[in-house]
Amino acid sequence: MIKVLSSGIYTAVHDLGRTGYREMGIPVAGVMDRYATMFANMILNNKEEDAVIEIVFGSSKFEFLESCSISISGADFSAKIDNEFTLMNTVLEVEKGSVLSFGKRNFGVRTYIAVKGGFLTETVLGSRGFYKGITNRHVFKKGVIIPINKEQKKIKETRSKVKFNKDYIRTNNIEVFEGPEYELLSIDQKEKLKQLEFTISSSNSRMGYILNEKIKNSFPSMLSSGVLPGTVQLTPSGKLIVLMRDCQVTGGYPRILQLTEESINILSQKTTKDSIKFKIKRFS
Amino acid sequence: MSYQLIYKRYGEFSILIKWKAIVDKDIIRDINTYKTKILKKEERKIQDCIIGYHSLLIVYKEVLCKVAEKISFLKEIYSFEQSVSSKINRVWTIPVCYNLKYGVDLLDISERTKLSVEEIIQLHINTIYTVYFIGFLPGFLYLGGLNRKLFFDRKSTPRLKVPKGAVAIGGKQTGVYPEKSAGGWNIIGNTPLRFFDVTKEVPCFAKSGDEIKFTSISEEEYFKIKGEVKKGLYKIEKKVIVNS
Repeated sequence: MIKVLSSGIYTAVHDLGRTGYREMGIPVAGVMDRYATMFANMILNNKEEDAVIEIVFGSSKFEFLESCSISISGADFSAKIDNEFTLMNTVLEVEKGSVLSFGKRNFGVRTYIAVKGGFLTETVLGSRGFYKGITNRHVFKKGVIIPINKEQKKIKETRSKVKFNKDYIRTNNIEVFEGPEYELLSIDQKEKLKQLEFTISSSNSRMGYILNEKIKNSFPSMLSSGVLPGTVQLTPSGKLIVLMRDCQVTGGYPRILQLTEESINILSQKTTKDSIKFKIKRFS
Repeated sequence: MSYQLIYKRYGEFSILIKWKAIVDKDIIRDINTYKTKILKKEERKIQDCIIGYHSLLIVYKEVLCKVAEKISFLKEIYSFEQSVSSKINRVWTIPVCYNLKYGVDLLDISERTKLSVEEIIQLHINTIYTVYFIGFLPGFLYLGGLNRKLFFDRKSTPRLKVPKGAVAIGGKQTGVYPEKSAGGWNIIGNTPLRFFDVTKEVPCFAKSGDEIKFTSISEEEYFKIKGEVKKGLYKIEKKVIVNS
């Protein structure tokens, strides 16, 4: 078990999300950065779908109520165990009573804490991931105790040879495919999409990121249709919204671009004022 | 009836199929029939099917490789004979208390449409609505078929708190808020039924293609049904119709 001493800006449990229920209006949700999550689970020899803790920036703090093996991947917030700096992207043996804290932000926005065996919160519709209205909680508060799968607390073999490629966190190239309504854009609009450097507004969350720069919007209104995490919608004001993991299942704005899976991970490590450039990719 | 469909790759995992861009009962029926046929062939490979007014978005579990082949396969499935199971339609009866206490916008609608509150209620319950799809919130049904006289614009400023169970009108549509949420539709009543319940194996009883009928109940009945729903004793009235 691990106790939340401080829940900071955002502390929640997530896995790869809730699939198969989008027809009922239920979003997939799940971890924002799948690469970091998969890496953290992989080095512990966990299953891909084991639940992890997602934190935003570095103000969360935890106490281990039992000894266990953990790993930390994603954004770098100068992780410390018992006040001593610790490595990321490697297996860490943590003793009972130890405290995991974070400090100065070096890069990124979201970091993931995995534990051998995975965290055990309630499973709702096939996922442990928090989502308001679906799970009883949508964030952790101070004092909460999170159970760990007791079956496999320690590991013997580690896959320490695999290297975490953190370059993706720093890049501002966002690879996209043309979205279903892309071809309805004018040449001028398409050029703008390719050339402009877009900055992330303060309206950015697990649901979506609104970008500051505008593109002239001449689209007629549209009937609601399915959308996906990573879909870039052009709103009536001309601003773009990049839908993220918690996005609704349908939407009525033109879907002009679609981020690659990798680019959703990249964007999830960005925040207000960060800039991005779209690189349009063709399907091979 | 067969429609002219457009197929498009959408992201790494999905194919979007589009019908003519209109809100139409026959189109939504065709989308559902097609979905059933596709699932029959490919259920194991598909993660989700998302229905819109005139679209079906198929999300596959694996990254798509041979997209052109996949699309010809889907086209082939479309031309198959319709199976009997996909012709079954369900009509759900939803009790609603149209009391002014719950229907907080009834007087405003009445004033602006020059219809009496009683006329508004009658127009709302004398229609069978089609469930087009579920979106916006888990369990939020987009219902089509509203009587023209009840077309009423959304509020210019949405309410921050629309209560759970609120029955409302937004433009040409009507719907029920499954949970307390923000919302811009005009509220005309409240239902004691739960449109979304995560503790159930099927959290949402209605699905795209079903039909919905509203019936007017008193506040006394409202509380009686609410109590039964809480205890899990209320059975929603359902009629099954087999279309020929």
